[in-house]
Amino acid sequence: MAYNEKVLDHYENPRNVGSLDKDDPSVGTGMVGAPACGDVMKLQIRVDDTGVIADAKFKTFGCGSAIASSSLVTEWLKGKSLDEALSIKNQQIADELALPPVKIHCSVLAEDAIKTAVSDYRKKQQGVG
Amino acid sequence: MKLPIYMDYQATTPMDPRVLEEMLPWFVEKFGNPASRSHAFGWEADQAVERAREQVAELLGADPREIVFTSGATESDNLAIQGVARFYQDKGRHIITLVTEHKAVLDTCRHLEAEGFQVTYLPVQRNGLLDLELLAAAITDQTILVSVMAANNETGVIQPLAAIGQICRQKKVLFHCDAAQGVGKMVLNVDAMQIDLLSLSAHKIYGPKGIGALYVRRRPRVRLKPFMHGGGHERGMRSGTLATPLLVGLGKACALSGAEMQEENRRVLELRNRLQQGIFSQLTHVVVNGDLEHRLAGNLNISFDYVEGESMMMAIKDVAVSSGSACTSASLEPSYVLRALGVSEEQAHTSIRFGLGRFTTAEEVDFVIQTVVHAVNRLREMSPLWEMAQAGIDVNSVQWGTH
Repeated sequence: MAYNEKVLDHYENPRNVGSLDKDDPSVGTGMVGAPACGDVMKLQIRVDDTGVIADAKFKTFGCGSAIASSSLVTEWLKGKSLDEALSIKNQQIADELALPPVKIHCSVLAEDAIKTAVSDYRKKQQGVG
Repeated sequence: MKLPIYMDYQATTPMDPRVLEEMLPWFVEKFGNPASRSHAFGWEADQAVERAREQVAELLGADPREIVFTSGATESDNLAIQGVARFYQDKGRHIITLVTEHKAVLDTCRHLEAEGFQVTYLPVQRNGLLDLELLAAAITDQTILVSVMAANNETGVIQPLAAIGQICRQKKVLFHCDAAQGVGKMVLNVDAMQIDLLSLSAHKIYGPKGIGALYVRRRPRVRLKPFMHGGGHERGMRSGTLATPLLVGLGKACALSGAEMQEENRRVLELRNRLQQGIFSQLTHVVVNGDLEHRLAGNLNISFDYVEGESMMMAIKDVAVSSGSACTSASLEPSYVLRALGVSEEQAHTSIRFGLGRFTTAEEVDFVIQTVVHAVNRLREMSPLWEMAQAGIDVNSVQWGTH
């Protein structure tokens, strides 16, 4: 299978690889997937005082499309509000990377990672408040 | 050194130029139909085909009259299993095979199950080898055929053929061996191993694609019900005009691999050891899948923990290999062969098959070691599982969601 150029670009030059402190109250972490399924995505967001995502980082165990999907969403997330972040749909990710049908689950995983990270952040904030 | 480097010799092999050279006159100049008995065009083609038959037979310790030409090992497997099942069905309708067999065998068996045959799929041990006691116990008075491969396509693990042949002969059950990976790479003798039917393919031994053979024992005689009907070629077992150039190539490929097997295996094994040592001395959390002792010289199947196979193949795009990862197949299921060895799904996703062969060089191996080590280090830095492992978290203890 030949890869799409955008997938290759994100795979070869992944944006925002790394980790944020998961215990920091301003950080939300989403870990989705399972090693047995061949994909695990960890997506982290740091939200500033105005409720805007100031930083996003990822680490992914998975195929090239999974790595590209997570790299892409970290780019999209920065500067967005949490509600805007939640409005990102897997289809947009799949379209942007021109994922073939067999790789759609990678974009679904990325969408789930965003939801899980936002919900983790919101839970923490409730705990603090 | 030319890039990309081919290290997928279990998938197919490049043709040996010496094989091609033998084939060339048989396309344009000497185009006769070997079945034409009435003129010189036919006679010379027939001679070439019979010479090829001798060369194939010699490699197996068989009689040339026991060789039936086919389009390849898949057809040979189909002809052997379906042919025996349909011919001997009044004697019994039970077949035994292994869970780690090639799809050409497994799918043929599944097909027969739908027709009312009973098939036992025996498990293998952690090293990939069949437990002989399990085989002996599985044979019933209804069993007509045991089908076990010579060497596995994913792991290179070699089955104890002589012992299997002995059990089958004792219990008066036919023994078919899919030797697509084994022929030309290990010593095979149909008499010493008491093999009744054996499948092989030319393209796995530096010959052309689209040609192969089935060995069918004459004494005691093994009968088959053919499924290709027509001019009654190949003693009625496989009709269809023989492909002279391809057969000349198959014959030459067999002759070369027979003559050079010992020296080639020594050289290839040395290269494989170099590859293994190079990788294992520079990386932790790597493991070889399948037995290292009973294994083809040209196969090394390694799981690189915390690095998914497909992303690994992207990272080493200058090296052509295969992976047991689900992502390389349409099914999204990781390798059933590795799963049968008790390799976890997670580890099956991280497996890479390195296939070395006749044209692999030490320089290529060194390049591959360097490329692989670099890629694994880079991908582990990106892997949340590696991060967890480094932090002392047992990845297997985590409650993962399902996807």
